[in-house]
Amino acid sequence: MEDNRPFENNRGTDPTHIKGWGIDADPKNDPTYPMKKRTNEEHKGYTWERPTQQPINIEVLHSIERPNVTAVFGTSVPPSGLSGMIRRLAFKKSENDYGHWLPLILADRVNVVEGIIEDFVQGKFPNILGEKGYKADLQHNKTGLLARVAIVAGITAAIVMLARRDRD
Amino acid sequence: MLAMNYRGPKRVRIDHKPMPEILHPEDAIVRVTRSCICGSDLHLYNGNVPDTRVGMTFGHEFTGEVVEIGAEVTKLKVGDNVLVPFNIACGKCAFCRQELYGNCHEANSQATAVGGIFGYSHTAGGYNGGQAEYVRVPYANVGPTVIPEGMDLDDAVMLTDVVPTGYQAAEMGGIQKGDTVMVFGAGPVGIMAARCAWLFGAGRVIIIDHVEYRLEFARNYAQCEAYNFNEIGDPAVFAKKTTDSLGVDVCIDAVGAEAAGNAMQTITGRKMLLQAGSATALHWAINCVKKGGIVSIVGVYGPTDNLVPIGNVVNKGITIRANQASVKRLLPRLIKHVQDGVLDPKALITHRLPLEEVAEGYRLFATKLDNCIKPVLIPPSAKL
Repeated sequence: MEDNRPFENNRGTDPTHIKGWGIDADPKNDPTYPMKKRTNEEHKGYTWERPTQQPINIEVLHSIERPNVTAVFGTSVPPSGLSGMIRRLAFKKSENDYGHWLPLILADRVNVVEGIIEDFVQGKFPNILGEKGYKADLQHNKTGLLARVAIVAGITAAIVMLARRDRD
Repeated sequence: MLAMNYRGPKRVRIDHKPMPEILHPEDAIVRVTRSCICGSDLHLYNGNVPDTRVGMTFGHEFTGEVVEIGAEVTKLKVGDNVLVPFNIACGKCAFCRQELYGNCHEANSQATAVGGIFGYSHTAGGYNGGQAEYVRVPYANVGPTVIPEGMDLDDAVMLTDVVPTGYQAAEMGGIQKGDTVMVFGAGPVGIMAARCAWLFGAGRVIIIDHVEYRLEFARNYAQCEAYNFNEIGDPAVFAKKTTDSLGVDVCIDAVGAEAAGNAMQTITGRKMLLQAGSATALHWAINCVKKGGIVSIVGVYGPTDNLVPIGNVVNKGITIRANQASVKRLLPRLIKHVQDGVLDPKALITHRLPLEEVAEGYRLFATKLDNCIKPVLIPPSAKL
């Protein structure tokens, strides 16, 4: 798209009527942020009095760029199964290495399949459409949803017809 | 208890999960009263953040009532209504002592580059989040803040992330009186960043997006100019034409990994995951800002690499400033702004949904249905 507008020094209209305009303006707000309260604490190394250590009674993977597990940690989903094995391998590499992040992305995808298997094992049939929240489309985007259904139905019908023709 | 349960990209559901327990003497258990879905939750929802494990509960923006405290919790008591900053921070490490609460060294074992964040993958510590009836809150003496008497819960929940992140985006811009500030992204954080740019004395604030209803909302709420990048042509040319070829003084990237607007970035960043998300907004920010200008980044990207014109950063002498918002540092000032009526964060909330409808909430927000700006989930145990 060609932009035919002229060059201009447009500094906007007077904004001083806007509620709160300029109340946090600080001439000293220079490029020293984020170290507003710089004390160089880190020059002393990892020597601060650490908080009490949360008992480590589950498997916690930790970055090889630090010496320990942090004083608190999340316990939401410890590594398990095939995805857990991949994650353990990933944590042998540093955050600086693709060998860390790419296996983690792979593990996430493997974990999705494990999740579906886990559902079946627990006698639960995953309601994929419900999990994708399509009810919201039914309420607010009926036309879009119907169009999507029609496209999927059309493609499916075409594939079935092609398959039958090949068989005949 | 009921809790959101991540099952894979674009698949979440509500499930019964065990109640959280005190695992550390500085823990508190909080009964959630409000919990937002954040734009950065969409990076997890879309499967773009490595080490997002199936079974996790998301949610890093929440308020609640303290129902149990650990032996070393001294600053809260059972029954307190609290807003909980999204950062998990110990208050003792070298970084917390310099008020870098988003960079705590004692809250995330899995990655040294990220602090601990509630419900934000194992890359951010593996903590379950607040899209649930109850949540474990570590370091309860540091982060959780008692909600001031009379403050609306909807305002309080917006102070856990959206307001401080938008404010810090403007603060990091080093805005001088009269500056032209260009904000990329008219989501809740971008709109708040545009609103806060005026507090620092901006002379002109421009917001760029492609979703018309959001641009309209931004014009009214943030009293700024708002333009659709599909209509203005190349944003860098637009920025240069309106500043007599010099470039804008400050650019703010309030989009992050989900940016639209550049096919190459979208395909390599969002579809093929060859980058840590699409860096379109950052690319534009670097090319729109003036020589010697400042680019402030609060948009969230994954931990791997992104394609941005770094040569232009060098050649233009641009300062890039970025961080997760240090919520605790900013709260006193921002609570005052809300109490004084300078900021009205609850006006950004467009949808209130029962927690049980979490899947619909994510879909609604992710696909921008029903003019959604900000959805809030309300657990059944919280009064509507």
